[in-house]
Amino acid sequence: MVRAIPLRRPWLWLGSAVVVALAVVLAVAIYRGHDIHGAATAQLQFGPAMLRGLQITIVLAVLSEIIGIALGILLAVMRLSPGTVLRLGSGFYVWLFRGTPLLVQILIWGNLALLFEYIGPFKTTTLMTPFVASVVALGLNEGAYMAEIMRAGIVAVDRGQLDASLALGMSSALALRRIVLPQALRAIVSPAGNQFISLLKATSLVSVIAGGDLLTVAENISPANLRSIELTLVAALWYLVLTTVTSVGQYFMERRLGRGGMGIHAGP
Amino acid sequence: MAAAAWGFMPVRNVARLFVPAMPMVRAEDVHKRYGRLEVLKGLHLEVAAGEVLCIIGTCGSGKSTLLRCINHLERIDGGRLYVDGELMGYREGGDCIYEIRQRDLCRQRAGVGMVFERSNLFPHLTVLENVIEAPVHVKHEPKAAAIEHARALLKRVGLLDRLDAYPGRLSGGQQQRVAIARALAMRPKLMLFDEPTSALDPEVAGEVLSVMRGLAHEGMTMIVATHEMAFVRDVGDEVVFMDGGVIVESGNPRDVLLHPQHERTKAFLQVGASLADGSRSGPC
Ligand SMILES: Nc1ncnc2c1ncn2[C@@H]1O[C@H](COP(=O)(O)OP(=O)(O)O)[C@@H](O)[C@H]1O
Ligand SMILES: [Mg+2]
Repeated sequence: MVRAIPLRRPWLWLGSAVVVALAVVLAVAIYRGHDIHGAATAQLQFGPAMLRGLQITIVLAVLSEIIGIALGILLAVMRLSPGTVLRLGSGFYVWLFRGTPLLVQILIWGNLALLFEYIGPFKTTTLMTPFVASVVALGLNEGAYMAEIMRAGIVAVDRGQLDASLALGMSSALALRRIVLPQALRAIVSPAGNQFISLLKATSLVSVIAGGDLLTVAENISPANLRSIELTLVAALWYLVLTTVTSVGQYFMERRLGRGGMGIHAGP
Repeated sequence: MAAAAWGFMPVRNVARLFVPAMPMVRAEDVHKRYGRLEVLKGLHLEVAAGEVLCIIGTCGSGKSTLLRCINHLERIDGGRLYVDGELMGYREGGDCIYEIRQRDLCRQRAGVGMVFERSNLFPHLTVLENVIEAPVHVKHEPKAAAIEHARALLKRVGLLDRLDAYPGRLSGGQQQRVAIARALAMRPKLMLFDEPTSALDPEVAGEVLSVMRGLAHEGMTMIVATHEMAFVRDVGDEVVFMDGGVIVESGNPRDVLLHPQHERTKAFLQVGASLADGSRSGPC
């Protein structure tokens, strides 16, 4: 038998060696650099304060995402409608909320009482608690990004699908809900997943208005026990867990939508 | 005089003798523009109940536009379009006609079936789900009844064994037959066909055409834009030749196809004939 030798790829080996070396250097640096208390850190990781912060982070992200999706559909439909004012309104919203830093938006919502003392009959400070301000700020911002994702997804659906739906006597709302959006979902799920991962991490910004999330908790505890770097790492680890779980969920959702039913483009 | 007509009148047209007034479709001076391009330039048309009208004409002559105007997928810019005696998509206002609310429009559209050049089946739904979608969600029929009706229709188009398949798994001809069943599920009084076989291979086109032929024999009122001259000749009660947004010539298919009067009709039919034995005409 003649042996078939694959091409030697020395650059591959060299590159791998560099990556391993860097990893070792980093590990040694962390180990030597700062005396991290392993036991104390583990205790903080699952401490009641941290778990409460984790819970708030999750609730914040989920509520903001729900607002973002609803707002995104509304803005995308406005953007694609024949009405000029609706299109401009939607475009203006996206321009404004994507064009300014989220941190600034959070600060404005968190300090709304300085702008308006009352919202309707209510005192702004009682209505706009830090948590409510956080949800509003994150949700409205998320809406601007989701609008663009939804619009791209809807536009990707063949125009003939809408024609066929309308010809069967469906209203445009029914056609959107039953026919267009389910197909748009294919193009939406991947960027929307990435956007949700961004949102999960962005929730940490609400610590500037004491929104009660993971990072807020970490910052609140650290003056008491002076383990600020450990607390930051503890929070970071929780964010990693959340984003990892989301990525896995996103992977399965993409696979499910890409497979089987979705017809014309799907392979056997 | 009526007695003399009996012998020659196809059975499905008998009703016309007694109720002569109301055609299924009537177009009066219909105008349609896309921007500055005038696509329909004052079109007149009448289709009796039970009649099969075929529309022939070159690419871009406005066949699709006319069909889309008939079920108000496109707004018209002038004139009047009646389906079954009702102004389609508008209400009468003396000098003007006013577009109606979406709710009323949907009710009108539900009575008009349409089959497109591409099947436009819903790819995320199975064959059965495609067919029951509109009866269940538009007409609010009970699901069981809708399924029963759908099975009967799918049996009729020869696809009872593919109920649970997704459209992507079907051949082009099968997809078009499902599209016909889907339109029929709404029990329409009028069917519009926009070149339903133009995107198909000649072998599979036949299976779709034979379904349409059966439909015609059962007395369905049909308007069919097509390049299939054999279908026009054998199934059509009347044929119109469209060119440049107007109807240039109309009449009995045998007369028009064999003895066209107008130069443009002659030119079109000659080109068509030479294409028929060679390669097929393009996607339009
Ligand atoms: N949505 C549209 N916007 C602009 N022009 C169009 C549109 N649809 C059709 N047209 C134009 O209208 C003319 C007639 O088209 P169509 O009705 O599709 O003709 P046919 O079906 O006979 O080939 C063509 O010149 C075409 O380019
Ligand atoms: Mg056409």
